[in-house]
Amino acid sequence: MDNLVLLAGITLMYSTPLVFGALGGVVSERSGVTNIGIEGMMVIGAIAAAATSYFTGNPWLAFLVAGLCGALMALPHAVASISFAADQTVTGVAINLFAPGFALFICRKLFDGAAMSPIVTKLPKIFGDGWMRGTVWTNVNVNVTTVLALLLTAAVWFVLYKTKWGLRVRAVGEHPAAADTLGIDVAKVRYSCVLVSGLFAGFGGASMTIAIISQFTQTAICGQGFIALAAVIFGKWKPFGTYGACLLFGATQALTIILGGGSFPVPATILSMLPYAMTLVVLVLFVGKSVAPKADGVPYIKGSR
Amino acid sequence: MSAVIRFMRRPFANAVVAIILGFVVAAVILALAGFDPLATFATLFQGALGKPKYITNVIIKATPILLTGVGVAFAFQTGLFNIGAEGQYILGTVVATIVGVTFNFPAPIQVPLVILSGMLGGALLGAFIGFLKARFGIHEVITSIMCNWIMLYLCNFVVGSDAFHKPNSNTALPINVSGYTMVLPEWKVSDEGIAYLVARPWLRDILLKTDFNLGFVIAIAVAILMGVLLSRTKLGYELRAVGLNKDAARFAGIGVERSVVTCMLISGAICGLAGALNITGISPHTITLLSVQEGYGFNGLSVAFIAGCSTVGCIPASFLFSGLIYGGMTVQQMLGVPSEIISIMIGTIVFFTALPAMAPKIADWLERRRLTTKEA
Repeated sequence: MDNLVLLAGITLMYSTPLVFGALGGVVSERSGVTNIGIEGMMVIGAIAAAATSYFTGNPWLAFLVAGLCGALMALPHAVASISFAADQTVTGVAINLFAPGFALFICRKLFDGAAMSPIVTKLPKIFGDGWMRGTVWTNVNVNVTTVLALLLTAAVWFVLYKTKWGLRVRAVGEHPAAADTLGIDVAKVRYSCVLVSGLFAGFGGASMTIAIISQFTQTAICGQGFIALAAVIFGKWKPFGTYGACLLFGATQALTIILGGGSFPVPATILSMLPYAMTLVVLVLFVGKSVAPKADGVPYIKGSR
Repeated sequence: MSAVIRFMRRPFANAVVAIILGFVVAAVILALAGFDPLATFATLFQGALGKPKYITNVIIKATPILLTGVGVAFAFQTGLFNIGAEGQYILGTVVATIVGVTFNFPAPIQVPLVILSGMLGGALLGAFIGFLKARFGIHEVITSIMCNWIMLYLCNFVVGSDAFHKPNSNTALPINVSGYTMVLPEWKVSDEGIAYLVARPWLRDILLKTDFNLGFVIAIAVAILMGVLLSRTKLGYELRAVGLNKDAARFAGIGVERSVVTCMLISGAICGLAGALNITGISPHTITLLSVQEGYGFNGLSVAFIAGCSTVGCIPASFLFSGLIYGGMTVQQMLGVPSEIISIMIGTIVFFTALPAMAPKIADWLERRRLTTKEA
């Protein structure tokens, strides 16, 4: 029982950044723009959150700033892939090369050459700080970002499937030319979706550095953005499917931690492979032929057939 | 002006424009952060090309990223995005180390054995990724990235294992000396060799102070060979046909699934070769505990993109990137500028190479402007 509560608590904790990143992926890809740069945008969010929280002491402001900085990092990706019909995979990779370097550069500049920030003010837990301390139930007292992630999933689902705007996003992602003939501004829809995906990814970075750990380090974001992308595929580009996929990946990470802490006869290095190996196995077993939005990754050039 | 316009219409002009923009963006960021961009760039060039020793080190460091670059470019020409070069590189180093430590044959057998086993490791991992794509339709980018992390932990597992761990260190045991590929390794430390080198300080700098090794000759040969394979052979034609239009290739009787696996196998072998050559050619001749990815794969991506995914174009591109990375270390030591400015620069360059036909558009714009000023 105790172990199950612990497992649930750690699962929710580690899946939160993934949920934000993956929702970003869902929004961008449903509009037809591949976003491999989620990882980079999360790193930017991570440093922005830590720095803002350090200098203002206000973690909520830091959370917002992180989102905005993530969106700012998404802007060049949007310009290149929507206005210039660039190869979206390459610009995404470019953002993943640029962002970690830039984040560390800023970190060194702000904190006297150190590769990590000092400890900063964190976002609150849902039941306040000292709740049930000393018992296993303290693990249920999750970060407020965990709840925000669930609410955001519901919001993305509602917007995508129950509003006119969401219908437009899906239309643009499936068949931009048809959407265009109906008077939908394809570029405008895609721009807003890519910027929103950067916003979410920025939140994801913040939920790592000002909720789970309380500082920016070089390895705070290492691969979560890519696991989030795998979650998008595993969740079949649907908000709640993706949320479930993130929980699964969070659970493998939680298992790694719980097994690593005990007297389990497996080396830590092998355990650390678990989340990644699990992703591979899950993709092989359950995905089959993927059902990506039809126009995902294809630039739309007005008038071309 | 007309010379500029003509230059902008050349195929490699896009790369040149991207490199210039990379420097511009880096300069702006440096200036905003309170550093002197010109002094930084001067130190950068000094640190990369200032002494024969520096140039040699740039060549040594260009070798692995040239090979991973060729691997990525090769896959890209056949329609595959091998972001897994990093993992294939790591597996190449791991297998080469295991084989090099376990066996101790005379050099003519040991050297090819170690190198080929590293290649085999990379090739199998590449083929596995290709197989997952061909058989299950899973995008190679996702599987590659997962494999990169799995390989990182595999490397750490081998470093920490009882059989291969070197006591009191964070590395594995070095491979046996018979597997080394440095130039004249024994002669250069013999009395006769030292006497010869003392009289020639530049040669002494190159041979004694660096791990000058044969890797770059092999790397350049592979780059040219792959270019020939792609453009002059039946296999290359088929692979490229699959990359250009899968359905048309299938209709023409080319086995698309098989071609995907073949291509990833070759690409992985090249990346594994990069790893193996770093083990045989560079001290400490073994694998080290990794906390983050070393970046050979990701730098290979940058090299390939800046080269427009031409395997031969990777040769100059790899020297450029190696120079930037090596010179970047001097910048941090001398001026205190964080060496991450190099990652910023490389990211920017790759970003602009993704914009198609940037240079021709500039040429058009210049021409229009010239015509209007003439009319006026």
